[in-house]
Amino acid sequence: MPKTSTAFPLGDNHRSWGRYPKTRQQGIPIRWGHHRLPLEPEDDRRALPFGAGRSYGDSCLNDGGILLETRHLDRFVDFDEHTGVLRCEAGVLLSDILDLFVPRGWFLPVTPGTRFVTVGGAIANDVHGKNHHRAGTFGCHVPRFELLRSDGSRLLCSSQENPGWYNATIGGLGLTGLITWAELRLKPIPGPWIHQETIRYDNLQDFFSLSADSDTAFEYTVAWVDCQARGSSLGRGLFMGGNSCDEQHPAVERPSGLKLSVPLDPPISLINRFTLKAFNTAYYHRQRSPRRTTRVYYEPFFYPLDSISNWNRIYGPRGFLQYQCVIPQSNGPGAIKEMLKRISARGAGSFLAVLKMFGAKPSPGLLSFPRPGVTLALDFPNQGEKTLQLLDYLDEVVVAGAGAVYPAKDARMSRKSFQHYYPQHEKMQKYLDPRFSSSFWRRVTQP
Amino acid sequence: MNKTLIIGATSAIAIATARLWASDGDPLYLVARDVGKLEATANDLKTRGSSQVEFQVMDVLEHSRHLAVIEEATARLGGLDRVLIAHGTLPDQAACQADIELSRRELEINCLSTFSLLTHLANLFESKGSGTIAVLSSVAGDRGRQSNYLYGTAKGALSLFLQGLRNRLYPSQVNVITIKPGFVDTPMTDTFPKGLLWAQPERVAADIYKGINKGRDIIYTPFFWRYLMWVIKAIPEPLFKRLSL
Ligand SMILES: Cc1cc2nc3c(=O)[nH]c(=O)nc-3n(C[C@H](O)[C@H](O)[C@H](O)COP(=O)(O)OP(=O)(O)OC[C@H]3O[C@@H](n4cnc5c(N)ncnc54)[C@H](O)[C@@H]3O)c2cc1C
Ligand SMILES: NC(=O)c1ccc[n+]([C@@H]2O[C@H](COP(=O)([O-])OP(=O)(O)OC[C@H]3O[C@@H](n4cnc5c(N)ncnc54)[C@H](OP(=O)(O)O)[C@@H]3O)[C@@H](O)[C@H]2O)c1
Repeated sequence: MPKTSTAFPLGDNHRSWGRYPKTRQQGIPIRWGHHRLPLEPEDDRRALPFGAGRSYGDSCLNDGGILLETRHLDRFVDFDEHTGVLRCEAGVLLSDILDLFVPRGWFLPVTPGTRFVTVGGAIANDVHGKNHHRAGTFGCHVPRFELLRSDGSRLLCSSQENPGWYNATIGGLGLTGLITWAELRLKPIPGPWIHQETIRYDNLQDFFSLSADSDTAFEYTVAWVDCQARGSSLGRGLFMGGNSCDEQHPAVERPSGLKLSVPLDPPISLINRFTLKAFNTAYYHRQRSPRRTTRVYYEPFFYPLDSISNWNRIYGPRGFLQYQCVIPQSNGPGAIKEMLKRISARGAGSFLAVLKMFGAKPSPGLLSFPRPGVTLALDFPNQGEKTLQLLDYLDEVVVAGAGAVYPAKDARMSRKSFQHYYPQHEKMQKYLDPRFSSSFWRRVTQP
Repeated sequence: MNKTLIIGATSAIAIATARLWASDGDPLYLVARDVGKLEATANDLKTRGSSQVEFQVMDVLEHSRHLAVIEEATARLGGLDRVLIAHGTLPDQAACQADIELSRRELEINCLSTFSLLTHLANLFESKGSGTIAVLSSVAGDRGRQSNYLYGTAKGALSLFLQGLRNRLYPSQVNVITIKPGFVDTPMTDTFPKGLLWAQPERVAADIYKGINKGRDIIYTPFFWRYLMWVIKAIPEPLFKRLSL
């Protein structure tokens, strides 16, 4: 049995990707899926699974409690060459799956913008990718998993077996128990290359018409927005569409592993008004022609940020906040415009602003974030009260537009906003593991 | 294709090494004492590309089964090219100072059981005239220190045993490899605070994999431990005995 107790004191070595907020908890490595959870009966602290810590805010943190570290649950269990169903433990990284299966002609059915997340984390946040308009969320491709509860019971969950638990655990923020292993339906690909089209567009209206036209032509779509543009250029940016390539293209070589890294914490944020403006303008103008077609390896296409390890450090010791919302189609253009205006009116800017249309494919997840409409993701250096006020100000727009904010990227939404975005949270109650909790969950459910 | 037997196959260092062999497609025979861990490890290695994975439950203290298990592995794999011995425990030094029975038991696990296994394996490979025997010893066996000299004694005896065996098996073209890791972040050391000198098992495994392929005699891993231990061994005893190491 794994050891527990005072051997692992509370420490501050667990951070989320935004490095805000700073919390203290006791990390306990979970090494084997067939063991019980190492929670002692007399210990009244709450526990939370911790994957790769690639969530931005506090949904993967548990101040004053225990984090059950899943990174050692990194074993594959089985792969069925005929159906493409992979069974693996929940701490397996998406990058482990890609390394092993891309050379065999298989790809992830859905992938977020970093490959350094665990399968368990991807299920618990029901993550989405550039193909949401066609494939839905990650959870749509997870037919089955095992849930280990603090009382030692194990629930096999699928749409047939324990369906209530299945739905509550997909997008369930790690609160229903620990996923020990899961099945994932991989998809066959012709090769590791992507045929990419990049289209420079002039304003928000153009984004919506491009999306309407392109979502059927491209398996993968996303747009990067120049947050500094105003007036008639508001919302201008680069729209990227991609499809898996049919034939191999030997001219494109696999880029060699990680090259860059931010090895130290700079004393202050390197992201400020001036660097932001320069970056955004340069990025927009990087592409001269309105339309460019290229063939790229899948890694830079899906994971541009993964090539710089620890890039989150550029925001300095105070960290940064992400903000991602979704607004239903009908309110979309108005709400996005209003948000971009509010951001530039406050002189704030986002280093990376991303726009994408979500599709209508429903997720089994009870508390899942994605819903049909337009999604906007932004990040802001943490400037304290000023930043928090801006985000509250954006929440007003999202509430009015009947949208929602993504818990995986949140460190500050109010209880009221959360309950507005996720009225179904009441239904979660009966599935919560009584010994589990998170900083996020306490914040958005307790008065 | 190297037909490989791994004893202590569910150790973190052994698993990381076995994964490298699995991606080469090598057939593997795993021996450890926990059937749940063995199953999980075997499935993982199979999915990662190993052409054949079999396992057997055995506590290394069951000396009477050693020969039979080695023979079974050889039969199942249709031969044997390589063996990795990785089982071990980290004795509680203070507890051992108070209890000779505990010390005896720790020596049974960390050195006598391995001598027994090595005796059978050496005879097998000697008559065959080829093969590789790689064993996890430790830098702790290079010099006795007050904080862990029982463990150091076991590993030191093991390193000497392997040195003699290497000498004996040289004419039979059998490679005997002593692996000496420094501090590695594994279940054995879960409760230790980690610092700069610590390595991940994947790093150590990569060194083992390379060292075995190159037919090295002694593998220090990570490499800097060779120099660090050279310095530590060079400190004169009259000085060394005053240090609190
Ligand atoms: C650069 C970057 C780009 C990103 N792009 C996207 C994107 O495009 N789309 C998107 O949706 N997200 C995106 N994200 C967010 C990220 O995909 C999610 O936060 C993901 O859930 C992180 O997984 P993780 O393994 O790091 O889990 P953690 O962040 O450690 O944990 C996330 C949640 O999962 C729970 N959990 C972890 N393991 C288990 C388990 N075994 N059982 C039960 N619960 C568990 C935790 O308790 C926690 O609630 C991005 C993040 C980064 C850093
Ligand atoms: N970690 C380090 O810092 C370090 C440094 C130098 C050398 N080493 C050596 O490296 C080797 C591997 O250790 P590790 O770090 O990978 O630790 P580990 O993961 O804890 O592995 C130790 C293994 O030994 C097995 N074992 C213990 N007693 C046994 C017995 N009686 N019968 C059968 N198996 C038994 C354990 O089996 P169970 O899983 O069933 O408990 C476990 O799998 C050991 O020889 C160790 O001494 C380690």
